[in-house]
Amino acid sequence: MSVLVVVEHDRGTMTPASLGALTAGRNLAQQINTTLEAVTIGANADALSDVIAAYGATTVHQAHHAALVDFGPEAWGESVAQIVRNISPQVVIGCGTERGHEVIAQVAARLDLPASMNCTEFDTSFDGTQPLQVTRARWGGSLLENAALDASIKLVTLANHTVEPVEAPSTIAIAVVDVALDASVLHSFVRDRVERVAGVTLATAPVVVSGGRGVGSAEAFGPLEELAGLLGGIVGCSRAVTNNGWRNHTDQVGQTGTRIAPDIYIACGISGAIQHWVGAMASKNILAINTDREANIVTKAGYAVIGDLHKVVPAISAEIRRRRGQ
Amino acid sequence: MNILVCVKRVPAPGARINITEDGQQVDTAFLGFTVSPHEECAVEAAVQLAEKHGGEVTVLTLGGVEAEEQLRTAASVGAVKAVLVPIEGMDWDAQRTASAISSAITALETANGNYDLILFGNESADSCGYQVGVRAAVKLGRPMVNGAKGIEITDGVATVRRESDAGIEIYNLPLPACIGVREGINLPRYPTMKGRLASKKVEIQRTEISAEVGGLKMIQLQRPPERVSNTQILGTGPEAASAVVDLLVELGVFK
Repeated sequence: MSVLVVVEHDRGTMTPASLGALTAGRNLAQQINTTLEAVTIGANADALSDVIAAYGATTVHQAHHAALVDFGPEAWGESVAQIVRNISPQVVIGCGTERGHEVIAQVAARLDLPASMNCTEFDTSFDGTQPLQVTRARWGGSLLENAALDASIKLVTLANHTVEPVEAPSTIAIAVVDVALDASVLHSFVRDRVERVAGVTLATAPVVVSGGRGVGSAEAFGPLEELAGLLGGIVGCSRAVTNNGWRNHTDQVGQTGTRIAPDIYIACGISGAIQHWVGAMASKNILAINTDREANIVTKAGYAVIGDLHKVVPAISAEIRRRRGQ
Repeated sequence: MNILVCVKRVPAPGARINITEDGQQVDTAFLGFTVSPHEECAVEAAVQLAEKHGGEVTVLTLGGVEAEEQLRTAASVGAVKAVLVPIEGMDWDAQRTASAISSAITALETANGNYDLILFGNESADSCGYQVGVRAAVKLGRPMVNGAKGIEITDGVATVRRESDAGIEIYNLPLPACIGVREGINLPRYPTMKGRLASKKVEIQRTEISAEVGGLKMIQLQRPPERVSNTQILGTGPEAASAVVDLLVELGVFK
């Protein structure tokens, strides 16, 4: 009996989402009066036991197998499934990330158990025996669903950024588990990797200057590029833009693109459909530049300029250069 | 190279998503419907692979009879066969859906031979469950990766490209395999008039499947707290530039 957290790591480096999952797991374990345990996949993650102990786990199950070097959804899922079969936790919590969802889905499929992804809350009256009532994000977070997870072992992922990591050090026991992986789960491994070039990315940029349908063409993004460049930022766009082939999908902000959280999001000629908004809503400040005072993004933004982006954006760049004496 | 693509019919929301009074579903009274975005790209990926390597694309959905609209949409851009696994009433949960889809696939493969590739969307736009494709793949005993932003087929191996925070990852899956596709893998084509006409003639095969209800039961939907903003209008037209730069200074992003 325990709450088991699947720690996500990349070649031995823990991802930030894991700390939130450990904290949520500890809270739930206290609530149902059981222990927090964790699982790490691959010997290259053994060193994470110190951090895991700092977040209150009393046991870490270290899945070992010669093949567990890089990420592989099926091998990771099968490894966790074997440990879950052995220790029968009441709840298993994965990270609300692409990898986290995928691993929990693999575990669920292998154990034929239900799974609830992207949970934002767990029922505070849950005592470990009845079905677990959860709140989970749908539509990329535009809607919430209350659901009951009725199973002997409850599999969930925790929506990212919903629980602030809090340390609570404990002593930890280490249990090395030699998992048995047959050929069927050894195919889907990372075979090669092209490392990202260091620099500003959409997900980490402090300033994002984004354009929507109102920009009108691929070429008309030039002034947005210029403004982003002046502010050390990066250009983003809405789904209408990628659907028109004006920009690459890697620039897309939204439910099916990238979730961003810059210091300021400058949204130019974007109406603010819900699927775009869920990608931008974590921005600390939003400035909308739009001809339509009633546009959804204008009513939700902290700041707005009413006007044609093709005139306003170059004027802002000119003003920045003027103040810099350029 | 025979490819099956599993798609889902979902509402096409605009500025906000409303829910019905009983909180049981999205109020679609004023909404159109579409193929869930990742799956729209999966259809395009399948059609491109069939164009390159030969073979045909079949599209499958589990849903009400209305979902025939989405099967015909897929047919209008290159799918040549369409299969509906009909259900009535509310959406099925992920376990039940995956179980029915894998049974339907087994029935189709028994009749017509195995698909080389079965494509899914990374996650559906509406329920965001991230699991139907994985569950179906495990039931079928095929390798599966999600999040594909590129698929190439060489000598019976699917090379899948996927983006992560760390970089671009490459996976090699021996065929037959299952792959979950992400939007951005391609730019789906618009149907031609010829395609639209052809799609009307595609026969939709119905495969009735029963499957057990799964363990995750929706109780009700709710809207998250609305973000109320007292939008400060900085000005109108290019004359607002000075006020904008003042704001950038105040927020510390102009140095």
